[in-house]
Amino acid sequence: MSIDFKIQLTRKDFFLDINFQSSTKGIIGITGPSGGGKTTLLRVIAGLENSCQGHIIVDNNVWQDPLHFIPPHQRQVGYVFQESSLFPHLNVTDNLTYGLQRVPKKDRHIPLDLVIDVLDIQHLLKRSTHNLSGGERQRVAIARALAVSPNILLMDEPLSALDLTLKKEILPYLELLPKHLNIPIMYVSHALDELTRLANQLIFIDKGKITHKGAIDKVLTDIHSPFNFQGKAIATIDAVILAHEHKFNLTYIKFAGGQFTVPKKSLPIGQPVRLIVAAKDISLTKKHQTDTSILNIFPAVVTDITDHGESQILLKLSLSGTPVLSIITRKSFALLAIKKGVSLFAQIKAAAVLN
Amino acid sequence: MLGDENFLALLTTLKLATISTLFLILLGTPLAWWLAHTRWKYRAIIQALVALPLVLPPTVLGFYLLLALGANGPIGSAMLQLGYQPLAFTFTGLVIGSCIYSLPFVVQPLYHAFSNIGARPMELAATLRACPIDRFFTVAVPLAGSGFITAAVLGFAHTLGEFGVVLMIGGNIPGETQVLSIAIYEHVEVLEYQQAHLLSLGLLVLSFLMLVIVYGINHRFSLEQKIQHEH
Repeated sequence: MSIDFKIQLTRKDFFLDINFQSSTKGIIGITGPSGGGKTTLLRVIAGLENSCQGHIIVDNNVWQDPLHFIPPHQRQVGYVFQESSLFPHLNVTDNLTYGLQRVPKKDRHIPLDLVIDVLDIQHLLKRSTHNLSGGERQRVAIARALAVSPNILLMDEPLSALDLTLKKEILPYLELLPKHLNIPIMYVSHALDELTRLANQLIFIDKGKITHKGAIDKVLTDIHSPFNFQGKAIATIDAVILAHEHKFNLTYIKFAGGQFTVPKKSLPIGQPVRLIVAAKDISLTKKHQTDTSILNIFPAVVTDITDHGESQILLKLSLSGTPVLSIITRKSFALLAIKKGVSLFAQIKAAAVLN
Repeated sequence: MLGDENFLALLTTLKLATISTLFLILLGTPLAWWLAHTRWKYRAIIQALVALPLVLPPTVLGFYLLLALGANGPIGSAMLQLGYQPLAFTFTGLVIGSCIYSLPFVVQPLYHAFSNIGARPMELAATLRACPIDRFFTVAVPLAGSGFITAAVLGFAHTLGEFGVVLMIGGNIPGETQVLSIAIYEHVEVLEYQQAHLLSLGLLVLSFLMLVIVYGINHRFSLEQKIQHEH
């Protein structure tokens, strides 16, 4: 399934100019400052804004070009709004089937049973929408959007109205979506923790323009990307569970640049996982330390350098090809005589493991 | 007890109120929808026109209608030329007068109901494959349900109590244009107080019951909304 957007929209004090193509499945995370045009982009794709120019092509269907404008109800789109807007005059089942019954049988490529299963809402079907928790409402809203068998799923900050507990409850369901669905999912969020858990690709939109885009590990480790401010600098590493060590209760995780040791994770061997490594958790040494408590030490080459506030430096490192970030003081930077191309050892104090 | 003439007046009144309410809902719905959604900068003019019967003495309205619909008026003479009778002093003329007179009582509740729905449910329905007509009937109408009931009851009740407009353009033809309010006036004129009492009390009770229905529905509806918001 491919998508191809070239969108221009002029507002009084705002100009949206988006050019984006992708042919991979999975979740495309969209982030950036408020008022930058993220929601407007989703609305344009869905056909809810009709005053825009350019073209919108999803899975070889032209939804918009200079000569055509397909109205929203004729686009194979699924839309999940920020607040779970369930129809108050319908119960859960009728909400769920509202869109479904308007889709011809031959176009239903996502079975309703699968949707109900993945979002685990079987037990809610008979309920009135007034008796659902915030998390349950949003799960029903997502299921309703998927029930119409869309060719693209648009989600506009679906978790932002939920508190942390509910967010944690619903994230696992979102993680399952790309595993079961063969459609692109565009996911707008401000929360970097959501994006690192869910997204394969990342788009940063500011003042109506895409300033950064690409695979999430590449975008996050671009030291000039806007993600690396306010101590948020992190890297994601896609890896697999290699083995478990029972004596010390440890788990070994293999990635392209070597092998990680982490406290035991009860995950099956071969399971793909994503490691999150914060730049502040990586320190650097000239020599391979042996008298240290840190287990994860990898040869690293400095590939990029930038200032990070008044007293720190942000470095991009390559662990045999896998990019990570490290924040060190200007003093250490001077003492270690770091410059581009220098070989060092990266000591990684901690890594979060997401499955 | 009621008497033939009074009974006829009651029938005429109910017939007038029912037909007027039907027309008002049919005409008022698109008008209210348009007012709730248009960004036309002169829409205040239309809103003022719709609300005009609220502030104008009914006799003014009736007077202009009489001029327009009478044999020498623009509409009346046009109808004569087409081979029809002018509408002044006919039941049809009364329906036209009632529709104009009760228009704000139907359009205002519908306008508020449609405005309260907001854009989101309709956008949502659009992304769920419902075409504009479909989403109007399956989302807007159910969500504006209490607005429709209020509009219908108020339109009906207000037409029941109409006097000035009827007096001007309806005359007082039993079975055709003699409605309850006129009949009461007649009874008082000839000092038939008991007859006047009977009709007045009947009208009072009927109007009261209808208002109880309106407020009862609105109260229940706002309670339901409150419950939804709490969740």
